[in-house]
Amino acid sequence: MFKKAVFILVLFLSTALAFAAKNDNSIQVKGSDTMVNLGQAWAEKYMEENPGDFVAVTGGGSGTGLSSLISGTCDIAMSSRNIKDKEIALAKQKGINPFEIKVALDGLAVVVNPKNPVSKLTIQQLADIFTGKISNWQDVGGVNQKIVILSREVNSGTHVYFKEHVLRRGDVNGKEEFAPDALLLSSSQAIADEVSGNSAAIGYYGMGYISSKQKAIAVAKDEKSEYESSNIENVLSGKYPISRPLFFYTNGEPQGLIKKLVDYALSKEGQEIVVKTDFVPIKR
Amino acid sequence: MRKLKEFFIEKLIFICGLASIFFVILIFLFLAREGLAVFKSVRLFDFLCGKSWYPISEPPQLGILPLILGSLLVTLGAAIISIPIGVACAIYIAEIAPLKIKEILKAGIELLAAIPSVVLGFIGMVTLVPWVKNTFNLPTGLTALSGSIILAFMAMPTIVSIAEDALYSVPKSYKEGAFALGATHWQTIYRVLLPAASSGIVAAVMLGIGRVIGETMAVMMITGNAAVIPQSILVPVRTLTATIAAEMGEAVVGSEHYFALFAIGIVLFIISFIINVTADLFLHKRHN
Repeated sequence: MFKKAVFILVLFLSTALAFAAKNDNSIQVKGSDTMVNLGQAWAEKYMEENPGDFVAVTGGGSGTGLSSLISGTCDIAMSSRNIKDKEIALAKQKGINPFEIKVALDGLAVVVNPKNPVSKLTIQQLADIFTGKISNWQDVGGVNQKIVILSREVNSGTHVYFKEHVLRRGDVNGKEEFAPDALLLSSSQAIADEVSGNSAAIGYYGMGYISSKQKAIAVAKDEKSEYESSNIENVLSGKYPISRPLFFYTNGEPQGLIKKLVDYALSKEGQEIVVKTDFVPIKR
Repeated sequence: MRKLKEFFIEKLIFICGLASIFFVILIFLFLAREGLAVFKSVRLFDFLCGKSWYPISEPPQLGILPLILGSLLVTLGAAIISIPIGVACAIYIAEIAPLKIKEILKAGIELLAAIPSVVLGFIGMVTLVPWVKNTFNLPTGLTALSGSIILAFMAMPTIVSIAEDALYSVPKSYKEGAFALGATHWQTIYRVLLPAASSGIVAAVMLGIGRVIGETMAVMMITGNAAVIPQSILVPVRTLTATIAAEMGEAVVGSEHYFALFAIGIVLFIISFIINVTADLFLHKRHN
């Protein structure tokens, strides 16, 4: 009887230990919804090559990821925007030292229906269209037709990025808002579908969603600049004006397992996955 | 021993009975605690009658008038479509249909109630939205009308089954009396049965509307979600429910935006509470 009890106890302890040991091999990655697919793809391949290590990737938004990093509930925060000074201050208070790693780039394409004759716009014109100042395609060289503005919902990092960098042109004190009659759709796919069936619509999303059913607009910084189309080369060279870096944030310089994962993401193989998930690699 | 058992079972059932009320109170308290906090930064009047909804701007603009009007417009549209069809359908099932057709129709209505709203929304997005766009020659088909039509489908099962029940429970003697006086079938239905069942039918309509105003997923998919005060039924609108569903994910806990979403919850709670109480009043009137 006693022997049996000891045996069970030992068995129990060893399983507990095994689980504890396994936990040491796990990384929590959390943040930007834009980057979830990319993070997941990295995690899967990484775990295939390093059996025994465990990477959990969850979304929730850039802000959610960074606040988890600050509160110590995740190891890597994915973010489609730079960390704010406010967040750095908060992190320092809690003894966390956010370390920024640029892992990929994302180009935002502005799309219209292929039937629409308009094929190039300046940032200023885009801002006027999306704030509602220009409401007819005629004013930007198109046919006499009311413009139907499509945007993502406010919970989307893409919505915030587009507002800050196109509508407000990077001015943090800007007051510009999307026109109230802009249609807020819940996914990039919904925007793609509406644009492909509506000749008056204009929308925006990550370059990966462009298909032959939509036409991507060439964008110029201002009237004097060249109109650049949204392709990987132009994002890489920085010519295309609406592109953004995607980040990993860690507590201090990455070490151990976290470093292994970050290195994998930055490796040639990791950057190939970036291309496969329709983002732009930081190097080739 | 037997008494003891009886005692325990009685108490257990009593507790279960209380639990449902207890949960409602808990939910309401939670809603109130989280929602009322928004009025520290926005006045009640500005919240209910403000015309701009820009929750993530600095400072946020939290006016839900366009959202309230959006919800009411979509609901009104759905009511106008579903009430005549639903009541007529109930009359047909209760009075006219032969037994066999009646069974088939009832099963069909129940099946309609069983379709998940996201599926209806998806079907609406693919079929109804382009149809509305082309028929009315609009810039976009994501409009209040599309939402109303899909929601009418959702209200119909509730309206039909409760109205049919009300018509069925009108005493047989009323009908026989009408026939004896030489009334035709239609006259009997129109002059005798409908007035006799009217309180039940009103209750059916109210419960149907209650279902519509709380509906979220389908509305979010097909009404376009633009927070403007609607000038007609052929423009995009944003409803209260869709706003909560779309924005809850990213609202920072404890922010004004978060509290405002809970305050929208309170507004919805009050609206559906009023609708349910009205329905209840009518149902009780019928039983007395």
